[in-house]
Amino acid sequence: MDLSAINPVLLIASLMVAATPLLLAAVGELVVERAGVLNLGVEGMMIVGAIGGFAVSVESGSPYLGLVAAMAAGAGLSLLFAFLTQFALANQVASGLALTLFGLGLSALMGQGYVGIKPPALGNIHIPVLSDLPVIGPILFGHDPVLYIGIALVAAVWAVLKYSRIGLVLRAVGENHEAAHALGYNVIRVRVLAIMFGGACAGLGGAYISLIRVPQWTEGMTAGIGWIALALVVFASWKPWRVLLGAYLFGGINVLQLNLQAAGIAIPVEYLAMSPYIITILVLVIMSADKSRAPASLGRIFHASQ
Amino acid sequence: MTGTLLSISGLTKAYPGVVANDTVSFDIQEGEVHALLGENGAGKSTLVKMIYGLVKPDSGTMTWRGEAFAPPEPKAARASGVAMVFQHFSLFDALNVAENVALGMEDPPKMRDLARQIRRVSEAYGLPLDPNRTVGDLSAGERQRVEIIRCLLQDPKLLIMDEPTSVLTPQEVEILFKTLNKLKSEGTSILYISHKLEEIRTLCDHATILRLGKNVGECVPAETSARDMAELMVGDTLQTPTRSTEKTGDVMLDVSGLSLQPTSPFGTTLKNIHFTVRAGEILGLGGVAGNGQDELLAALSGESTTWPDAVKVKGRDVGHLGPNARRELGILAAPEERLGHAAAPDMSLVENALLTGLIRKNLTSNGFVDWAGTTAFADEVIKEFDVRTPGSDRAARSLSGGNLQKFVIGREVLQSPEVLVVNQPTWGVDAAAAASIRQSLLDLAAGGAAIVCISQDLDELMEISDRFGALNEGRMSDIRPAAGLSIDEIGLMMGGAHGMEVAHINEGADA
Amino acid sequence: MIKLEKRAQPSRTLALSTPLIAVVITMIAGGLLFAALGKNPFEAIGTIFWEPLFGEFAFYYRPQLLVKGGPLILIAIGLSLGFRAGIWNIGAEGQYIMGAICGAGAGLAFYPMESIFIFPIMILAGALGGWVWAMIPALLKVKFGTNEILVSLMLVYVAEQLLASVSLGLLKNPQGFGFPGSRNLQEYASAHNAELITGTGMHWGVLFAFIAVIMSYVLLNKHILGFNIRLTGEAPRAARFAGVNPTRLILFCLGTSGALAGLAGMFEASGPAGQISIDFGVGYGFTAIIVAFLGRLHPVGILLAGLLMALTYIGGEIAQSNMGLPAAAIQVFQGMLLFFLLALDLLTNFRIKFAVKGAA
Repeated sequence: MDLSAINPVLLIASLMVAATPLLLAAVGELVVERAGVLNLGVEGMMIVGAIGGFAVSVESGSPYLGLVAAMAAGAGLSLLFAFLTQFALANQVASGLALTLFGLGLSALMGQGYVGIKPPALGNIHIPVLSDLPVIGPILFGHDPVLYIGIALVAAVWAVLKYSRIGLVLRAVGENHEAAHALGYNVIRVRVLAIMFGGACAGLGGAYISLIRVPQWTEGMTAGIGWIALALVVFASWKPWRVLLGAYLFGGINVLQLNLQAAGIAIPVEYLAMSPYIITILVLVIMSADKSRAPASLGRIFHASQ
Repeated sequence: MTGTLLSISGLTKAYPGVVANDTVSFDIQEGEVHALLGENGAGKSTLVKMIYGLVKPDSGTMTWRGEAFAPPEPKAARASGVAMVFQHFSLFDALNVAENVALGMEDPPKMRDLARQIRRVSEAYGLPLDPNRTVGDLSAGERQRVEIIRCLLQDPKLLIMDEPTSVLTPQEVEILFKTLNKLKSEGTSILYISHKLEEIRTLCDHATILRLGKNVGECVPAETSARDMAELMVGDTLQTPTRSTEKTGDVMLDVSGLSLQPTSPFGTTLKNIHFTVRAGEILGLGGVAGNGQDELLAALSGESTTWPDAVKVKGRDVGHLGPNARRELGILAAPEERLGHAAAPDMSLVENALLTGLIRKNLTSNGFVDWAGTTAFADEVIKEFDVRTPGSDRAARSLSGGNLQKFVIGREVLQSPEVLVVNQPTWGVDAAAAASIRQSLLDLAAGGAAIVCISQDLDELMEISDRFGALNEGRMSDIRPAAGLSIDEIGLMMGGAHGMEVAHINEGADA
Repeated sequence: MIKLEKRAQPSRTLALSTPLIAVVITMIAGGLLFAALGKNPFEAIGTIFWEPLFGEFAFYYRPQLLVKGGPLILIAIGLSLGFRAGIWNIGAEGQYIMGAICGAGAGLAFYPMESIFIFPIMILAGALGGWVWAMIPALLKVKFGTNEILVSLMLVYVAEQLLASVSLGLLKNPQGFGFPGSRNLQEYASAHNAELITGTGMHWGVLFAFIAVIMSYVLLNKHILGFNIRLTGEAPRAARFAGVNPTRLILFCLGTSGALAGLAGMFEASGPAGQISIDFGVGYGFTAIIVAFLGRLHPVGILLAGLLMALTYIGGEIAQSNMGLPAAAIQVFQGMLLFFLLALDLLTNFRIKFAVKGAA
């Protein structure tokens, strides 16, 4: 075992990379849940985004086009969920599960021809001087653009929810859909848009894995990150900045266990590999004491009866 | 000001199986308080929803100051100058007062300016309100103020108020009326929906009476007797419940030092409640909604458990027992919310009979359900309590409110309870069904049961109670004999004006 | 403009027929999908639904129907109890794996002793393994109010890692020339879950699945516990008022579904699969969710849905080898089925009205 092989600067830089897909998916789901909808299909939307983005990048040669395609794929898939839950009034838990099962199958089907291919690379940004600074450079100024978009997205979601009219309406819909309807807000429209936003974020998060973090395509490569993103929203008590904190925490644990595996620590690989999931459970247990912050209409079906 | 503000002509709206409004016509004048009077289910709510743009009429027209008026959505109605205070508040518990107000406005100013406006307007109308407080923490009266302020900030021409006094103490009602009179003096028209006749006689200039969706008459309330209006509203003369001679027996239910934390985030804490009920006695418990009624029922039914000796039945500690153990001892309950609490909406009446009947009616053996016996019990309830339904295999949700309520009360009464606790037994129920439910409670008491009737309908409580108490912020007032209590005394027991200020109606017209 | 009108009474006819309609629509949509993949849609649908039952090699495939359907039904019956009560165990795959590890482990502990007691002990161990794994989310939910959906799912990933670990370590076949995976239980008579009637595919697991269907039917329709389960799902507050103890219900539903999933895993490992290996989990635990919904959470419906889903598995494999239809296409096909079913559910409780736009 050689722990000195773990470089703390690289560790922090890579934990930010590891956290980004989780962050993107979770901040999207946060918006969905604040609108009162529980979409358990995050994993499915992520994996479809992962292959959708991957395929378009490979075919077009442009990773940016791939990222856009991933968002479109995630949002497109989320429309299925939106249709089921908002128009067909289906149970949200069952519909979300269906979305994940369907998404996993669909991605495997789409990815048939893409196993073992290397996608076009999305370069890291390079700011002269700043990026070359020791320690701070690689941590703060040497990443790919999507990572910064992720952080900006958290800030944007926070500001919109807190200060804007649309954020207020979204929170109102999630809090009490009957009252929002009585005041003349279109509950269904707000929710469908929120679901699509969540889908686009999940799709982008998935593509981040297949295009930037790994980067290649393998079946089922999201490996539960979508589910951890759902847990993260609970962990964050539906607050954007705490999603960022939580994502970096999980990212850190994941990178650390990978580093420990590489360093050949005396713990079997399987036990290290299961640690992120066990820690997720532990965090859920700790956070479940605080239930009051969940949007009051979360998961309830809305039908304007009169 | 004179002239017609809103003219309604031939409005019709049908829902599957029921015509909610059948060619309703009437006019609202500028600056008048117009009453819309009718029983539950007469179609008042549907009518105002059409004016507010929430529901589209099937036929008929509306005219607003001489121009055609057909708001496709509430936004359009608000733009014309219609504002509405809902019966079940359209408020958001987790948001603060200013955010709630902003949601009801088309073009709200910045939060800081809005907060200032809320302070100014609320004080001008004698309804002080802190814009930064979370709405979930407010009392029912304060929540209504949020709704009213939300309307006032839009400078409405027509203010619709749907049963506004059902959540207020008599003192608070007086304050509200002063505010409404001030608005009227400023030229605002008010459409006032109620089924309380005395209120309408005090406040309203003109009344339109609805029965079964039809306009059955108009009158000037001040010149019409309450009895005449009641007969127009109900369609025939009502039987007043008869009570037999009053004789009370031993103490059946003894609640002492009952305190309980709420289970829901915005629930009420019960604080050190004491009372007793004797056999053959009906204890009426009044109070504004949200002052601990649900929590008290849960503590008595066994849904919430407490210290063993906080609740005693016939001298036995039951505070720690669950609902079924208490049923075995003869303490039964009927909660307020029919669909989802007292009954499971999508289950049949037979299954709903099993829901509370399994213990006292012995409907299971070794855990296996006696469906034949359960069906017989359900049929018995339907027959004895005149529940109108094609059969006991029907889903609970297919019944009308009144019929389902008769089923829910009947289900408990026919289990011959020794103590029965009911919450809002006639809420949302038509007058005939309400009268029969009250009669069954009186009969049950005459047979020697102890009854706790929690209700927000003071008339009902005065009609059937032997003694009266009120819940206020989770505390119980003194319990006093019901006979001879004045409305003022009752109001004070309910918490008076809850510290509300009276509108300064004579002050300047700066608002 | 389309309007939804809530029915006063859920329609029984539609409740029974929507699964069939969903199957038909899925066949059409699936046909389009297969056509898009460049396959003849009629041939593909025919291969999936006809070939296993009546084709040339039906004698081989028909028993497979029970072999594949057995675990699906057994797991789905357990899941349906919880789903009815609004308790969402979606980690059956993990419980299935843990049941297999514990059941097979218990058998291998006796190797090479032969005794008639070994197989019953394995059954108990398998059920216990799944039960324990399901009690983790159950206890966490009861004690701390933790979301059982996420916990049970996280435990699937943990179970998969444990499976890898024991395949390479604890249960590895010492005579396996270094290959991962346990001894083959089919070659260990006392621990072998053999066919009960040769050539039918009927093994102990299938028998247990049938018993589970009957027990669950009796429970839901005749017993107060089943009534309480349904009541809790329909109206949780009314259930509390009726004196249902939510804690006990959660422990019962999650525990039962875990034990049944564990049993399914054990019977699979000691029978058709024959051993514990890294790729032992093939997703029965997830497919069973589709089976439970497709069967409308009704025991008899689940029996039929399980067999149908088994058919698509077998037919899918045939289509894969005969026509080169990708395995993932079948997964998509199954996912579509669940989608259409959920969408059509609407018809049971609502009437759809087509109104001319602009009336009013």
